[in-house]
Formats: sequence, C-alpha cells, structure tokens
Amino acid sequence: MATVPLELALLLAGVLFALGLAGVLLRRNIIFVLLSIEIMLNAAGLAFIVAGARWQQVDGQVMFLFILSMAAAEVAVGLALVLQMVHRFGTVDSDVVSRMRG
Amino acid sequence: MEVAFYIAGIVAVIATFMAITRRNPVHALLYLVVSLLAVALVFYVIGAPFIAALEVIIYAGAIIVLFLFVVMILGNVVVRPAELDRHLQRPLTYVGPAALGLVLLGEFIYILVRGAPGQTGPVAISPQELGEALFGPYLVGVELAALLLLAGLVGAYYLGRPKQPGEPEGETDGDRSA
Repeated sequence: MATVPLELALLLAGVLFALGLAGVLLRRNIIFVLLSIEIMLNAAGLAFIVAGARWQQVDGQVMFLFILSMAAAEVAVGLALVLQMVHRFGTVDSDVVSRMRG
Repeated sequence: MEVAFYIAGIVAVIATFMAITRRNPVHALLYLVVSLLAVALVFYVIGAPFIAALEVIIYAGAIIVLFLFVVMILGNVVVRPAELDRHLQRPLTYVGPAALGLVLLGEFIYILVRGAPGQTGPVAISPQELGEALFGPYLVGVELAALLLLAGLVGAYYLGRPKQPGEPEGETDGDRSA
C-alpha cells in the first residue's frame, strides 16, 4: 500500500459507489437497480480492503468476506422477487409495482 | 505497480459507467464483468491476492451468471428477441467490453512478468492470516453469515418455486395478471 496513495484508492471506491447510487436512482428497470446495488456493495468492499491494506490488518478482508456473502444472499432473493414480479405484472418496470390498488 | 492501479481504476470507472447506462441488460452485464475484473486487479495490486481470486470467482463468476440466468428466463420481457439479433450482428456492442478486457489482460501479464505484489510493492496479506482471523475472533460472524446464506437459500426457493395447485392466491394476484 506504500506505492498507491490512500486517497486515490478511496476516491476510486467513492466514484464506484456514486455510479452505483446514480444507477439505483435513475434506472427504472428493476434488473439494473439490483445490478447497481451490487456495484455499491462492491465499492464498499473495496474501501474495506484499501483500509485493511493501509494499516496491514486482516480485518478489512474479513469484512469483505461478510459483504460478499451478504451480497450473494441478497441477489438470490432479489432475483427471485424479480421473477415473481414479472410473473404477476408482466414487466420489469419498478414504477408499476409501486402503484397501489384499493 | 502504481501504474497498474491507475489503469485498472480507470477501466473500472469506465466499465461501471457503461454498465449503468446500457439499455440491454446483457450488454450491461458484459460491462459489469469487466468492471469486477478491474476491481479484482486493484485488490491484487494493493496486496489482497486471495480477495482478488474471490472477487473473480464469486462476483464475476457466480453472481453475474445468476443475473444472466434471470435475464435469459425473462428473455421476452427484458430483451426483445429481434432487437437482440440486430445487436448481435452489429460488432459495436462487444467491441467496448472486449477492448477494456484486453487492457486488463495486458496489465495482468505485465504484473505477472514483474513479479508478485509481495516483492515489488506492499506486503500481501496471506490467506492463512485471513483464515485464522475468520475462525478466531470472527467466528460468530461466520456463523451469522452461514445463517444469512441459509435464509437466502430458503427465501429464494420459496419465491421462485412454481405455483402449487389449490394454493390460495396472494392479494396482489388479481386482475392485472389475467
């Protein structure tokens, strides 16, 4: 970590997180929203790894493993929900699901 | 080693930007694979080779393939078949990810020729240290992650199973689905 400045590595994590956040906010296709959540989780993991490498501690990598398992569980349930949504509403537009009936 | 970090970071940002702006989910997933590979290279450069391998295997391998399965299942809803064929005949759609991937490949070969990160750059944290931390002070976290994965498995199975005959319909399954 001595060769790469800490600020630049954290800047990369921040830019990736911002791109994922923009994807969540701007896209209406539910698959792209899930994909952007993956980008954000990955960027958070990158920040953990960078911090762990900066202080030569193994805890950052442990946290990345936890984020990884959480992302795997989240994407499995999320994609199953997308399948249900297409089955019931016939679309991947997230705005359609937000309408209430009653 | 510093140059490798900068190039991989730029590739990651470009590929991520392209991924969230595509119309076709398959193209977006192609760019996202490149982005995850670039982040894996960043992990390798800053001294986390084991995490880099996990990033390639689990993120770029398992999670993206899961996305691809769903996109394929939903094919006629997400991707119009005619549109897909037209895009496949036009080479522009895969030139972008291929070019970014080639940049990463060149960088990877450069790093392999130059030597392991432990020799030229920072000290890499070995998988052995990671395992000792995981099954020492973080043992409760590992158990909780296992519980979370089990919950995810059961939840995905429940939500994704085919509808049983005679099962009561949910409240949302009304006139819209007919």
